[in-house]
Amino acid sequence: MSELAAQLSEWRAAVSARLPPWWPRALAIALLAFGVVFPFLFAQTSDFLNATIIALSYVVFALGLNIVVGFAGLLDLGYVAFFALGAYTVGWLGSGFFFKANVHVLVNSFASSLPGVHLNFVLILIAAVIIASVAGIIIGAPTLRLRGDYIAIVTLGFGEIIRVIAVNGQDIHIFGGGQTLTAGEIGITPVDPVYLPGIGTFDQLHLRPWYWVVFVLVLIVLFVNVRLRDSRLGRAWIALREDEVAAISMGIPAVRTKLLAYATGAAFGGMAGAFLGAYYNEVNSDQFAFGFSIFVLAMVIVGGLGSIWGVTLGALLLSYINYYIIPQVLNTLPSKFGLNFQLTDVEFGIFGFLLVLVMILRPQGLIPERRRQLELTEGIGEIEVKEPAL
Amino acid sequence: MSAAPSSPRYATPATDSIMTAEHVVKQFGGLVAVNDVSVTIPRLSIVSIIGPNGAGKTTFFNMLTGLYKPTAGRISFDGRDVTHARPDRITKLGVARTFQNIRLFGAMTALENVMIGRNSRLHTGLFGAIVRTPRARREEREVRERAQEVLEYVGVHQGANRLATNLSYGDQRRVEIARALASDPKLLLLDEPTAGMNPRESDELTEFMRRMRDELSLTILLIEHDMKVVMGVSERVTVLDHGEKIAEGDPPTVRANPAVIEAYLGKPPEDG
Repeated sequence: MSELAAQLSEWRAAVSARLPPWWPRALAIALLAFGVVFPFLFAQTSDFLNATIIALSYVVFALGLNIVVGFAGLLDLGYVAFFALGAYTVGWLGSGFFFKANVHVLVNSFASSLPGVHLNFVLILIAAVIIASVAGIIIGAPTLRLRGDYIAIVTLGFGEIIRVIAVNGQDIHIFGGGQTLTAGEIGITPVDPVYLPGIGTFDQLHLRPWYWVVFVLVLIVLFVNVRLRDSRLGRAWIALREDEVAAISMGIPAVRTKLLAYATGAAFGGMAGAFLGAYYNEVNSDQFAFGFSIFVLAMVIVGGLGSIWGVTLGALLLSYINYYIIPQVLNTLPSKFGLNFQLTDVEFGIFGFLLVLVMILRPQGLIPERRRQLELTEGIGEIEVKEPAL
Repeated sequence: MSAAPSSPRYATPATDSIMTAEHVVKQFGGLVAVNDVSVTIPRLSIVSIIGPNGAGKTTFFNMLTGLYKPTAGRISFDGRDVTHARPDRITKLGVARTFQNIRLFGAMTALENVMIGRNSRLHTGLFGAIVRTPRARREEREVRERAQEVLEYVGVHQGANRLATNLSYGDQRRVEIARALASDPKLLLLDEPTAGMNPRESDELTEFMRRMRDELSLTILLIEHDMKVVMGVSERVTVLDHGEKIAEGDPPTVRANPAVIEAYLGKPPEDG
């Protein structure tokens, strides 16, 4: 086993030594081009394209959580709160939910004729980012004096509070006259489809435009993640994660630095939440269960805590397994063996098994963070850290 | 060091002490770790705090750097009251420290550790980091160069890009000093810097402390167990025992003080 691993790493070193210095850039451009033309390989209503759109939304979620958990080392178990807030931003600002209001900003002619608040999707995205980051700071503030497991418990509590407010929101009357805060388990639906002036209105029968929108969101989030990681702020996060006492003694303002991590992570959660709310065409309190937080955390851990590319891969992998491979590809597998159940009935078991497998075989994650990789390999290979490629 | 002239409001007092602690007390529940200790550190001096284990030396250090808030008493640095200031503020004012048990950031390279030390002198915020403005770019380049310089200065010529935890023990100590120096301090607090060093390394470090003081216009406060180092380098020595100051003065005076001999050595010296 270890001999095989040694052989593999030797081959990998040999390959990377022979590649020209511009190859990471070339690879990035090739991936980008592939990402743009990708939806043409599938029909507009294909299940795989649908799963891909959801998977890319989860990449945004996971990269946001990675800032909080991976970079800053603050174990956040209430990430679902930002999904909920992002989705409700769409529910509130892009539907007929506030039926007595009549606000229309840059929406198509059909939405303009409806009562309610109807803002353009781009404005809603911006609002979702702002609302979620403010919530991130509010939720983060009480955890500032806490460490490790205790942060997890407090954030878990906040996640549940938001969910319970979402469920009971249908009985919370605001502004009088039958207007409630949320529609609880009934759900706010329909939600305005994305409308981009000059491009048109999206609908559920044409999935390619949705794909490109979420693809752009992923690119934005990747860009911001890379930039932050390699900045003064990224270093400060890692220093706080490694040794808080030493970090604050070296002049890092702990409160400010941690709150920035919470706010940035939450902003991406809100962004992806708003997108998924619009894409699902429904904002329902059932969507915001605790399991979501764990699902996204699993993506971060399976991919490699703190590793941007690892987390991206982890999010894609787990999303595809959950939204495509289990329900679409392998669902009828048991019946072929004469077994009387569907694979979706045991998906939690499958997930648990896969997670255990990853943790045993590759505890550092699929693509470990450069630093963690060093911790595990240096001293054997005596490798030096190179400047990040991108 | 700092080019900006201090504003008149905070003009240094005539005594020209860089840091003073007056009647400082620290209680942890029922335990009085530091009891009514007053210390004055003259500018550009090397001052030592000694005392048996558990005498409250590190607790005192932690109050000077803001990690602990004193239960009573007053601490001022460079003419400002810093009794209740946050640690990062105190660092920014010009106090830097090392730790008794080395506390480098294990997942970072030696260079990155030193760059963290410079954090309080940088200005790039969230926006600057994401957009990578020309100013942020310049600052990044400068901090990298500066960190490299400081590493060279303390004598770490190789392994700047290796993980700090994989450096030799002596180099780790040096990187910790470099990390403290990177913040352009006026006062450097060293918590048992020669712990675990052989006599030759201790001598080198003693010499290096003098050099830092002269070349960087530093004031150095030292916690130290090695009496050879303490007596060789310090201009003043403060002795703590059970949280209380039992003696203070220049090395010969302190060495001759019977209370010190009793507390510190436990018995009188056999052969002078």
